[in-house]
Amino acid sequence: MPIDILMPALSPTMEEGTLSKWLKNEGDSVAAGDVIAEIETDKATMEVEAVDEGTIGKIVVPAGTENVKVNAVIAVLLEDGESASDIGAPKKAEAADAPKESADDAGGKARAADEEPEAAASGKVPAAPKTDVASDPDIPEGTEMVPTTVREALRDAMAEEMRANDDVFIMGEEVAEYQGAYKITQGLLAEFGARRVVDTPITEHGFAGVGVGAAMAGLRPIVEFMTFNFAMQAIDQIINSAAKTLYMSGGQMGAPIVFRGPNGAAARVAAQHSQCYAAWYSHIPGLKVVMPYTAADAKGLLKAAIRDPNPVIFLENEILYGQTFDVPKMDDFVLPIGKARVHKQGKDVTMVSFGIGMTYAVKAVEELSALGIDVELIDLRTIRPMDLPTVIESVKKTGRLVTVEEGYPQNSVGTEIATRVQQQAFDYLDAPIITIAGKDVPMPYAANLEKLALPNVAEVVEAVKTVTYRT
Amino acid sequence: MAPRKSAAAASRKKPAEKSGLNGGITEFDKATELKAYEEMLLIRRFEEKAGQLYGMGFIGGFCHLYIGQEAVVVGMQMALKDGDQVITGYRDHGHMLATGMEARGVMAELTGRRDGYSHGKGGSMHMFSKEKNFYGGHGIVGAQVSLGTGLAFANKYRGNDNVAVAYFGDGAANQGQVYESFNMAALWKLPVIYIVENNRYAMGTSTVRSSAQSNFSLRGNSFGIPGHQVDGMDVRAVHAAAVEAVAHGRAGKGPIILEMLTYRYRGHSMSDPAKYRSKDEVQKMRSEHDPIEQVKARILELKHASEDDLKAIDKKVRDVVADSADFAQNNPEPDVSELYTDIVL
Repeated sequence: MPIDILMPALSPTMEEGTLSKWLKNEGDSVAAGDVIAEIETDKATMEVEAVDEGTIGKIVVPAGTENVKVNAVIAVLLEDGESASDIGAPKKAEAADAPKESADDAGGKARAADEEPEAAASGKVPAAPKTDVASDPDIPEGTEMVPTTVREALRDAMAEEMRANDDVFIMGEEVAEYQGAYKITQGLLAEFGARRVVDTPITEHGFAGVGVGAAMAGLRPIVEFMTFNFAMQAIDQIINSAAKTLYMSGGQMGAPIVFRGPNGAAARVAAQHSQCYAAWYSHIPGLKVVMPYTAADAKGLLKAAIRDPNPVIFLENEILYGQTFDVPKMDDFVLPIGKARVHKQGKDVTMVSFGIGMTYAVKAVEELSALGIDVELIDLRTIRPMDLPTVIESVKKTGRLVTVEEGYPQNSVGTEIATRVQQQAFDYLDAPIITIAGKDVPMPYAANLEKLALPNVAEVVEAVKTVTYRT
Repeated sequence: MAPRKSAAAASRKKPAEKSGLNGGITEFDKATELKAYEEMLLIRRFEEKAGQLYGMGFIGGFCHLYIGQEAVVVGMQMALKDGDQVITGYRDHGHMLATGMEARGVMAELTGRRDGYSHGKGGSMHMFSKEKNFYGGHGIVGAQVSLGTGLAFANKYRGNDNVAVAYFGDGAANQGQVYESFNMAALWKLPVIYIVENNRYAMGTSTVRSSAQSNFSLRGNSFGIPGHQVDGMDVRAVHAAAVEAVAHGRAGKGPIILEMLTYRYRGHSMSDPAKYRSKDEVQKMRSEHDPIEQVKARILELKHASEDDLKAIDKKVRDVVADSADFAQNNPEPDVSELYTDIVL
């Protein structure tokens, strides 16, 4: 039997990539381990090795093809005695779609493909349905919008701030020569050099402290954590040193520093790599906590965070990195920290979410719209200081509130919002507030369990039906 | 940071003459002896007064006195110049006074009053002075080592020749982040001087009971950081080592470790049961190695000053301390509005 060579996945969240180059031609014989092709994603370029020996019978996907789905057949390998005539019809289309069709037991792509349809498959599809998105009052009317990935937006924000202020530098693991573990710092080393783009050893506690010390001395460090899960090693420096020094010094010195990196669950990386820290850091006076969803917010808020004289926790999400949104083309696009954005106006129910939670919210709002329920969706954007007035104003209008986030349910951002809303707008509520969160379990690895542990669109839809008594 | 070569290998070569880094002592001239005497005495008297005020209930919480260790910070500080930064842990009152912070402001912070350096919001363990380049005052054991390394990072980033001095105890020397910091400091050749104030006890646990390698000057070996043991009870020895260590840092040679062999006479904090060491041990250090008595004896022997001259210095110091105590007891508590200030800018 000829052996299908499939498009490999290079990371837990990869869905497709470019087959940039074939290093073998049809008819060439290969041994296991031989490099046969190069593939490229928005994150990395990787070599594809043959896993069996044989002869390249057919190259199915020619070099230069973009958006090749993971698991698509890219070539066929012939074993001894076989010839090209033994090759059946290629099965490329089905291969890529397989996980979608059997999402319950699918592999790693289940979460990305099934749960975030607007992100779906391709990074080129705008994540937010444009027709529904309310315009951001912070973006001037008529501004030209440029489709940009969250990844590019973050990089652009840092580059612009580094150009503007020599005191700004970035340090972290793999930020320089590797170009960023998630490619967020791509190109920065080339432009700014090793003085300002600093690869650190794997030593979170230590380099967080070094960053805070440099900030206390007046520099403006951006400290990248490869993921916020690893920042647990550094949390003492973040809280006891960065957050509290301004207060403890009677206002003499603080730490103008940004701690940023991917937060929360990616896909199939299990318990120790899948935790949302929004609620954790939002507990701490002295910190600001930002968690953007769109690329525009990522850019405008990261620039604001870098300029902020306080320590800012900037929580990103790996799954959002590759998603594309419109970003205003402005010389200096800075958004205010601490201000929520009404993502979609509505009159029946208020829904509050932030970060990747918005992907469930956006989808649910679409489905609910089809049922005739008009949801007002608020993207909190900043968790601390929290823009409660925007939430209260909306709840006074709708009388109903549902919150959506991926973090654990106890002492979540949603329960905080619920507490404050019932204190400040009790008389306006027509139904108990429902808080949708991740389940109260460490993140499991198995695809089906992981899916169950995360919020899903159906339960968000159900929650809205409940608060509108439509069940 | 550009330099990626490993730090210079530990230099343990013995020069022909004893340098400050291997036990050598440079005699002080008259002015320096008198300055050292006065500065150490100020710390001693200040700390004694703090102890009294604690007993009277004017100072609350934790209060860690520096009595016995005065030569370390005074000798180090003499080798520094404007712009050099100092950071330490929670046994910090001596460092503040040595960097030139006002006794009134420090004492008023100890009593939690509005004109304390942190307006009463920091207390004994958390005090800072931007003006004097004193970066605290940190209550988490070992945290100041990473922070101090960051101060040095800023010096290197800015291309100035300032050094950062990060003080920590023999107890903190066992914290993991100390070694994470050593690694980065050596890797990037940061101008940081690590001062291990080895007073023999981490709270009540002696170094031999807590440390597999209790020669702390060797703790940088894995990173190629040179280290030296210094008689921390002799301010001249401290100063001689400091001068060389500072020159090392300013010359861009990277970090260096000085282990100051010192001793604290008082307990770890005010509530120390003192069961872990004998009274005789304390008494022996006081009578044979006291840093202030050593200076005093030399001053008298060399006739740099008379008994009466020294009494005049004593009185001056006592007056400063009494004034600070008076100020700190009568200064009002912070305005209640201070509760919500200085949280974010």
